[in-house]
Amino acid sequence: MIDVKGLSKKFRRTTVLRNIDATIEKGEKVVIIGPSGSGKSTFLRCLNLMERPTAGKIFFDGQEITALKERDIDRVRQRMGMVFQHFNLFPHLTIQKNITLAPVKLGIMTQGEADKKASELLRRVGLPDKAKAYPAQLSGGQKQRIAIARALAMNPEVMLFDEPTSALDPEMVGEVLQLMKQLADDGMTMIVVTHEMGFAKEVASRVLFMDEGQILEENAPRQFFGNPKNPRLKEFLSKVL
Amino acid sequence: MSLSESIRQNFIEGDRWRYLADGLKTTLFITVFAVMLGMVLGFLVAIIRSTYLRTKKLLIPDLICRLYLTVIRGTPVVVQLLIIYFVIFGSVQISKTLVAVIAFGVNSGAYVAEIVRGGIMSVDIGQLEAGRSLGLNYRQTMIHIVMPQAVKNVLPALCNECIVLLKETSVAGYIAINDLTRGGDIIRSITFAPFLPLLAVALIYLIVVVVLTKLVGILERRLAANDRR
Repeated sequence: MIDVKGLSKKFRRTTVLRNIDATIEKGEKVVIIGPSGSGKSTFLRCLNLMERPTAGKIFFDGQEITALKERDIDRVRQRMGMVFQHFNLFPHLTIQKNITLAPVKLGIMTQGEADKKASELLRRVGLPDKAKAYPAQLSGGQKQRIAIARALAMNPEVMLFDEPTSALDPEMVGEVLQLMKQLADDGMTMIVVTHEMGFAKEVASRVLFMDEGQILEENAPRQFFGNPKNPRLKEFLSKVL
Repeated sequence: MSLSESIRQNFIEGDRWRYLADGLKTTLFITVFAVMLGMVLGFLVAIIRSTYLRTKKLLIPDLICRLYLTVIRGTPVVVQLLIIYFVIFGSVQISKTLVAVIAFGVNSGAYVAEIVRGGIMSVDIGQLEAGRSLGLNYRQTMIHIVMPQAVKNVLPALCNECIVLLKETSVAGYIAINDLTRGGDIIRSITFAPFLPLLAVALIYLIVVVVLTKLVGILERRLAANDRR
């Protein structure tokens, strides 16, 4: 579904990603872990071209998206949902409007259809009574669940999660991970940058370890955590587990 | 001469209060239309500049905007007014009030631009990213997500700019427009008593400004209440 070939990214003089190759199949749940500054968020953000790669190609369903014009990139992004560390809900809009804005403005749904979809999604994320609330009235965990609902409203084919629980109070991490698990069980293709090792073990079909802009090891979670081979991964796991 | 006698002489006799009333009308007219022109120019410049700063597009328009900001903010408004009247429209038959509207509007636009640009840049970059990640293009994201928040943030500052502009129009007399300030001046030149006409002029400006300031204060509290919901 997603093919990455020789991806590199530089910010001015610092190289963040070095020549990365990766393939993500439909239905896979890929979890990316690694120390901060390892380039995992940048890698994720390159997949929907929030960051433009310095070199390399990315294919989405066989289409080389790195060669597309701005307009066509917008169309690709409609098919890839993204969830941010800081939720980035629109504070001036109600929860309902947060969810329905994109599908309506992009002409994919009428306001009526989008409203129906929104109440369906709100039920799915367990917040059916929050449609008329504003983001400032919600807890962090609730905000992130709404952010997931907002991304799902576009019916994306793949969901990108950029440290979705890192900004949450500890007691709210569970509700967000629970929802993500549910999404995984429904067959969504997911790419998740996280520090939640438990989630990686339980949900991932494959775990990637990144450090200094490279993927140093990738494996199914059992082997990845049970029998790590790369010395830096061993060191990393010994610190976080 | 008693106070009531002076008042009668300065304002009642020969309907001299009309100089002030007509002057106030002219002042308000110039202010309102200059504010409208300034807002249009200011938003345009702010959007061009913030687009350039965030996306590196629109380099040439940005250069023009920067030149505009430098020239307007670097020279006195009276000089701009005189240049626009005597140089730019020097050989054209044109209403002086219109010239004033253009001069004060173009002047105000530069200040509005910097206020609005500050407002746009104060909206978290994550808002832009969230909009773009949903597939909205830059324009849609600006219109529906960034601008409503930016405008809300700078609304009090914009209203204050209107109040400043109202007072700045007092130099319109330089091109012989009979605005409020000049109305007082005319009375003074007739009665040769400077105290009361100038006091009256100052008082009228003060009342208008105080009323507008109160309105801005109410607006500010409303906006703050909105944030707490």
